[in-house]
Amino acid sequence: MTDTELRQAGTPAAANGAATAPDGAAGRPGRPGKRRRRFGPDTTKGTVAKIVLLGLVDALAVYVLMMLFLSESWGALAVSSAVVLVINWIYLRTGGLPAKYLAPGVLFLLVFQVFVVMFSGYIAFTNYGDGHNSTKDDAIAAIQLTAQKRVPDSPAYKAAVLAKDNSFYLLFTDPEGKVSLGNTETPLEEVSDAGTDSTGKANAVDGYRTLNFQEIVANQQSILGITVPVSDDPADGTLRTADGSNAYQFKPALTYDAAADTFTDTESGTVYRDNGKGAFADGNGETLTTGWKIDVGMENFARAFTDPSLRGPLLGVILWTFTFAVASVALTFAMGLFLAITFNREDLRGKKIYRILMILPYAFPAFLSGLVWSGILNPQFGWLNQTLLGGATIGWLTDPFLAKISVLVVNLWLGFPYMFLVCTGALQSLPTELDEAARMDGAGPWRVFRSIKLPLLLVSIAPLLISSFAFNFNNFNVIFMLTGGGPRFADTDRDIGATDILITLVYKVAFGQGTGRDYGLASALAIIIFIIVATVSAISFKQTKALEDVNS
Amino acid sequence: MNGSAPGTVSTTPADVIDAATAHTGSDRTTVEDLKALNRRRPFGVWFKDKGWRHLVGIAVTIFAIFPLLYVLSAAFNSTGTLVGSNALFSRIDFGNFVELFNNPSRPYARWFMNTMVVGVVTSAATVFLGAMAAYAFSRMRFKGRRIGLLSLLLLQMFPQLLAVVAIFLLLSGISEVIPALGLGSQLGLIMVYLGGALGVNTYLMYGFFNTVPQSLDEAAKIDGASHTQIFFGIIMRLVTPILAVVGLLSFISISGEFVIASVVLTDPDSQTLAVGLYSFVAQQRSENWGVFAAGAVLAAVPVMALFLFLQRYIVSGLTQGSVKG
Repeated sequence: MTDTELRQAGTPAAANGAATAPDGAAGRPGRPGKRRRRFGPDTTKGTVAKIVLLGLVDALAVYVLMMLFLSESWGALAVSSAVVLVINWIYLRTGGLPAKYLAPGVLFLLVFQVFVVMFSGYIAFTNYGDGHNSTKDDAIAAIQLTAQKRVPDSPAYKAAVLAKDNSFYLLFTDPEGKVSLGNTETPLEEVSDAGTDSTGKANAVDGYRTLNFQEIVANQQSILGITVPVSDDPADGTLRTADGSNAYQFKPALTYDAAADTFTDTESGTVYRDNGKGAFADGNGETLTTGWKIDVGMENFARAFTDPSLRGPLLGVILWTFTFAVASVALTFAMGLFLAITFNREDLRGKKIYRILMILPYAFPAFLSGLVWSGILNPQFGWLNQTLLGGATIGWLTDPFLAKISVLVVNLWLGFPYMFLVCTGALQSLPTELDEAARMDGAGPWRVFRSIKLPLLLVSIAPLLISSFAFNFNNFNVIFMLTGGGPRFADTDRDIGATDILITLVYKVAFGQGTGRDYGLASALAIIIFIIVATVSAISFKQTKALEDVNS
Repeated sequence: MNGSAPGTVSTTPADVIDAATAHTGSDRTTVEDLKALNRRRPFGVWFKDKGWRHLVGIAVTIFAIFPLLYVLSAAFNSTGTLVGSNALFSRIDFGNFVELFNNPSRPYARWFMNTMVVGVVTSAATVFLGAMAAYAFSRMRFKGRRIGLLSLLLLQMFPQLLAVVAIFLLLSGISEVIPALGLGSQLGLIMVYLGGALGVNTYLMYGFFNTVPQSLDEAAKIDGASHTQIFFGIIMRLVTPILAVVGLLSFISISGEFVIASVVLTDPDSQTLAVGLYSFVAQQRSENWGVFAAGAVLAAVPVMALFLFLQRYIVSGLTQGSVKG
């Protein structure tokens, strides 16, 4: 077979690709690139539908804009107003048809895919996380509110519990008989017309309902949680009750000095200063638990590769992520191709039944697969050890090496049907003349497969293999449901294990139980994944381009 | 059609070669095979030609369906524990299903409904948004079209779950302004999922839209049809297979999505099956096994039924839409 024949025959399979189709369409004879035939005018029904839909969207938009205005989120308000204006412009002008079809999808895409990725990029450079999730002012207020102590020798207030609109209020009578009312959200306010009981304790106010003893007991938790600020200034302290009938004044154990920007412990006199890392710290580096969000530059990235409790495990995780993704693609493709060749026979009895049964794993929800297999492979109670191996105690999910093998086998189970379907389709679309020609030239079947079919097959399937790699690189469900990332590494106190891939690590760092949430570090890891996937895809797409050039 | 009906066997050379590629040692099989077809074949020849395929088929089928049989057996075995589920189909009753629906702290029926609502709404909207975009890319020529297609192709590589932290923080910001769209709301979750609608599906649909001949649109245009009439009246009807495929694939992926759903939906009453069933076995895998299996079977049945029902479309969609374009 000559090169020309190969090229011509190869074209249909290779060039059916999307990239060439539009050019073909643009170059068709009837459309010499001049004026195109215009669409007919809109129907009345269409116009009405359009106006109604746009009206609904605008109504919603106005509501959102109002809420944004009320919450004084000026940045979001400006952006949203601009978006609403653009949407209206797109749909009300006469031209610009493509934009009308693209706008809704693109809007969601921009907000929930493009923006969030950029936002991740920003978070990666902050210390956002537990203890660092707001502004410095919020942190100062929170420190004053949480670190409270009862003021020594302070007078005891008499208290009653009132309710209004499903929220509880405390009514205080101070030793001089002055009556005041408040709850956590509303600072103390004096009340003049309160009803009192025989001891002189105020117990009723117009418009409020007084709770009886049973109700107080039933709502104990929320009542004990009420801390009524004495005034708008948190430094003045709060009033709290411990039993629903007596209350005491509490003041911050730490006082804030706005001029010096320091906290001072009222008892020990220790001074806590802003340490430049989003927290107040004393001379020994002890920090107060509540801090605030600051930009930390490259620190999250630096920490990932220098922190001894993170560096070793992280390198292991990165290595395993690559191994897992490559091995998964290779195994599923090999098995899928083998099966496609095996069953690519019109006359094979029961071919349809085989195919239906074999693609069942593909139809089974992936998150359930991981959980079901985790039961089968469970080292203590699982079917594999207990029934098939007669009571063996092989650590299919607890031994680091075996756990990796298990993950790969389960992912093979999940992934081979897809490859089987795709390879079958690709095999059937190969032109049959090729085989004939090759056989005329005396090529054996293996040679035909290796030198003709496989290369042609790879041209059409290579992009899918790359997508499959990208998918498996972030195949969260299999890992998380099957092993949860375990067994854990011994050389770190963090929750990182032998089968963890990068994305499960991101999830555990950001939302895991046990250690505090660290959004900054998690985003930094996500950005690392992002860069890896982008690089690999770029390189491999270049390679497939080369492959296509070679073959067509 | 089996070995005793030789007339129908191996009519295309491709099949002969496929048959031959597998037993690579014998290079000259084709001629012998064709000869063999003309008489009743001995077992050895039949095995070399087809028998081994059945062996492979049976082995792979066992591998493929065993876990499914296992979970089915566990679901109908009210012993309930992991150990008790090991003897497959040793007893069959509905105890697990009864227990499944009678646990108020784990409202399975609610989870099921939530999954259906989120899945159906998201996949319907995904199909619609994707089809509109594919129509624009396939039938219109405009500035930025190539770039747009290329960026969609690239965006496919970066799944939304990479940005899960940012999505969580964005939604918690939204819930301070409009609680109905923020954390804990299914509407918010659906919006997040729709962000992935174009990236994943437009390219698949675009390839398929291109196979619908443009002369159809031209003819309709001559008759004075508006673009919406062409879109809804002609294109959408001709691309039904790919719409079904995209709808189904997105329903499957949404109903099994765990990462974002687990972060957004915190209240047990609003959770989806993926989040709920995981919490079922996350802590004590072995004690809840039977009930979990029952839940898993019920959760898998609609998805699998839909899949098998639309199997023909899916196979053709996968092979045409993605392999060829």
